[in-house]
Amino acid sequence: MAATMELGSETDPRNATFSISDEDHTLGNSLRFVLNKDPRVAFCGYSVPHPSETRINVRVQTTGVPARDVLKDALNDLMAMNQHVSTTFNRAVETFKANQGVNELSMKSGVTSQHSGSVKKP
Amino acid sequence: MAYGVDNSLRIEDFCKNLRVEIISMNEEDIEFDIVGIDAAIANAFRRILIAEVPTMAIEKVYIANNTSVIQDEVLAHRLGLLPIKADPRLFDYKSEEENANEKNTIVFKIDVVCTRKGERVLNSSVTSDQMKWLPEGSEMPFNTMTKFTSFGSSQKNLPGLPAEGISCQYPDIIVAKLRPGQAIELEGHAIKGSGNIHAKWSPVATARYRMLPEVNLMEDIQGKLAEELVQKCPTGVFDIEDVGTVKKAIVARPRNCTLCRECVRGTDWDKRVQLTRVKDHFIFTIESTGALRPEVLFTEAIKILNEKCHRIITELS
Repeated sequence: MAATMELGSETDPRNATFSISDEDHTLGNSLRFVLNKDPRVAFCGYSVPHPSETRINVRVQTTGVPARDVLKDALNDLMAMNQHVSTTFNRAVETFKANQGVNELSMKSGVTSQHSGSVKKP
Repeated sequence: MAYGVDNSLRIEDFCKNLRVEIISMNEEDIEFDIVGIDAAIANAFRRILIAEVPTMAIEKVYIANNTSVIQDEVLAHRLGLLPIKADPRLFDYKSEEENANEKNTIVFKIDVVCTRKGERVLNSSVTSDQMKWLPEGSEMPFNTMTKFTSFGSSQKNLPGLPAEGISCQYPDIIVAKLRPGQAIELEGHAIKGSGNIHAKWSPVATARYRMLPEVNLMEDIQGKLAEELVQKCPTGVFDIEDVGTVKKAIVARPRNCTLCRECVRGTDWDKRVQLTRVKDHFIFTIESTGALRPEVLFTEAIKILNEKCHRIITELS
């Protein structure tokens, strides 16, 4: 059984339902969100046909571009967003560790720091 | 409608607006803020942290002797839930048919006898620190039918292993209780799995997020009303600010708000105070059970979401 099937696009490549197996709301909702942001998408949605089966159906209807390309672009966009979250998070962890180190040093040398850490609240 | 042009702008906007701030971080917990993502992505990270980041946990228990009052299956169930301090990225998955080898199995042994020494009773509780790691593989006697593990080399030399070897994360978990004369002798084999198969493989005690509360004062609240408002809130969200001679109420710490709605209780208060949530500000709390550090867990969760996308892209091409 193929893991990702494209249905309904034989006559018209603009509209298709992608049936993806071994996936659930984790990917379905994220993918639907990214698809909605694409201006070429006329309609998009996802469903879980039956809760006992780990399968999602993602429906994409576009304004002229083949649905498969739009889906691939959305997946690439999601990967780019993830990458950026990862780098931003790692940078924040480094900053936090550096600040912790500075605080510990100043505490050891007997200097009291005026503010605890440099985490600024918005 | 523009084709394709808007996509790149969207990603750039996202990258510009995303902010991550670590509030607190230690060996076990992390609390951090992510501002600028959508609930769908935040929830995806939460779901992956709970169910799809792999861990090592005891799956097969070979019991040689169990004369305690704890039944075999109950004992095996309890052993499966013990958190094992081993980096799951050093190990491979093991399927049913595969042989257990040093790359996919961790072997533990419990060999405890409860004895009476004069007045004292020794080993009346079997704790998780009495579970010994066997880096050379299974010590169960072979018979002609089954060979329990075939370790090619010792796991002691596995790169990335902590100096103390592999053990249970917490040494004081009581696994079973014994009385004099009772003994437990068993071997537990731990393999890699993920939380969606069984909760013992979940790497987090819990991973949760909440959205930052937004407290708005619809009108100027002054004087006695302001003091009343500051008193009402159980978590100290409001403060008094002296503007000239007038005492005004301000929202000082919306982060502490638990949305208990005490501030809108009473006549007319719901017209003065408005409680909502900031749609894209998520306060994540991740409590790790010990296999991986919490910040590493979050990075792994992002990697797993990327792998899911990658898998579908390759299938579509």
